[in-house]
Amino acid sequence: MSTMTPPVVMRKRRTPWKSWLLFLLFAGPNVALLIIFTYKPLIQSLQYSLLQWNIGSATARFVGLSNYSNWFTDPTTANVVKVTVIFTLVTVAGGMVLGLSLALLLNRKLRGTGMARTVVVAPYVLSGVAVGLLWLFVFDPNFGVLGAVLKGIGLGSPDWYNDPSWALPMIIIVYLWKNVGYVALIYLAALQAVPKDLLEAATLDGAGPFASFRNVMLPLLGPTTFFLSVTTLLSSLQSFDIIQAMTKGGPLEGTTTMMYQIYQEGFATGRAGYSSAIATILFLVLLVITAVQMLFIQKKVHY
Amino acid sequence: MSVDVREKIAVTPPAVPMTTGKKHGRPRLGGYLMMAVAVAVMILPLVWMMLASFKQRDEIYTVPIQWLPESFELSNYFAALAAVPFGNFFINSLITTVVGATLKISLGLTTAYAVVFLEFPFKKFIFGLVVFALLVPQQIVIIPNYTLVSDLGWINSYQGLILPGLASAFGTFLFRQHFLTLPISILEAAALDGASHWTRLWKFVVPISAPTIAAVALVSIVSEWNEYLWPLLVVDKAEMMTLPVGLTLLQNNDGVTNWGVLMAGTVLITVPVLIVFFLLQRRIVTGLTSGAVTG
Repeated sequence: MSTMTPPVVMRKRRTPWKSWLLFLLFAGPNVALLIIFTYKPLIQSLQYSLLQWNIGSATARFVGLSNYSNWFTDPTTANVVKVTVIFTLVTVAGGMVLGLSLALLLNRKLRGTGMARTVVVAPYVLSGVAVGLLWLFVFDPNFGVLGAVLKGIGLGSPDWYNDPSWALPMIIIVYLWKNVGYVALIYLAALQAVPKDLLEAATLDGAGPFASFRNVMLPLLGPTTFFLSVTTLLSSLQSFDIIQAMTKGGPLEGTTTMMYQIYQEGFATGRAGYSSAIATILFLVLLVITAVQMLFIQKKVHY
Repeated sequence: MSVDVREKIAVTPPAVPMTTGKKHGRPRLGGYLMMAVAVAVMILPLVWMMLASFKQRDEIYTVPIQWLPESFELSNYFAALAAVPFGNFFINSLITTVVGATLKISLGLTTAYAVVFLEFPFKKFIFGLVVFALLVPQQIVIIPNYTLVSDLGWINSYQGLILPGLASAFGTFLFRQHFLTLPISILEAAALDGASHWTRLWKFVVPISAPTIAAVALVSIVSEWNEYLWPLLVVDKAEMMTLPVGLTLLQNNDGVTNWGVLMAGTVLITVPVLIVFFLLQRRIVTGLTSGAVTG
């Protein structure tokens, strides 16, 4: 090491063209792609949001912030926000509760937990479109398996995809089914990192299983819970596949989230300026959530 | 709270061994029951899909429902293959996934190598630029990217499908974390032998990082395979569609969904992924959790 130090220091001071070239060769392509397909379009999206412009059209008109004010005053916006909030909150909170329960179950010393873990995670790696389509058949009120099960326990099947009040719960169920395995997996990894002697100590101190879970496990799972709440929140806000495959935002816009509205306004209606304004708003929401995460991690969580 | 517990450990005499055994009988049964329910909920929809793919129309459109098909005929599969160019979908998915994932991983490796092992004045800034891109989901920038790709005449092309999502932000981040843990002595020995940085990366760093790379690669293969929104936007010719986009062509062609055919198509796209997942699940699980552990 000592023999190598002098030339390294020399190189650092002068940064000869060779170093520049080398760095450019290694990092350049990736950075260029990020600039072309991530940063530049992000700025363009802001510009587009100030235009009245239809996708594919050669002409555009500068309209200032009116796309934004139109969105905030549009009568359908309240519904879109409501759908987005319900979908996001239920999928995030539901995913955490179900995922943690599954992880606790799979963390027990039972036979077959390895196999069960595989099965629970499997839907997470499947295509969202395929998952949506196969569940459409499960939910079919006449010929689907869920209707048959509900009938078996003396209930009727709701008309899941034609009834606006049932379509959103349907989408939420499918989303949870597909993604709960991921949450369970992360929780399971965290649980397995909990030192065994901590729990044994709690048991020796007379803590029952519930008390030791509440007082020992839950605080230790804090950072994981926080990480998951942010990542699942971000992916819920961006989810598209299942909605497109199952309901296309309907019926009566009962499953139109902000993300879905961006797609619909941009590519179905063609109002690219308006769509860009919604995209910008959603981006700001995502940014705030991430910023809160960063602050929180720096302040509170040290793992 | 955890601090209290730690203090208690220090005081607790470690003499008493844990009593296991008889206490466990009852909760165990409950545990197995819950596990059975969980597994059933996860598996039944998939079983329902697979069984339906073999059923004839009269076995599907029947009340009460019929679980098992009379025979395992492949007619739905043939119908699906005849209705849409599934072979093309498959090849397109394969090309975009293999090319996309390979390039993405390579970009992640070279960028992470540059950030960790090369001397450069703006290293921190460049790394920040790469990681900050994680905050900008591709979904947010679909309109400008679509406009660019369409201006370039790349609609219905592989470059249009692959390039916009190619850059590696998360991979770079994970590889950097990993590279920082590597023993420097190996690289120094290589440097003394006169190996170039390029050789050092591919001959020394990559082989000893194989497990990490495999884990990240598998996760990126799975997500490329399942990618839907972008391919939906930039392809409108059936022959250029990927599996998830092409699959929806089987939906509602004549007003009434032909469930048997649609489920056959769904099996064709999900089963390869399930097989890969079952074979390589340990590595995939590592890849999925690595983000959480470092994040």
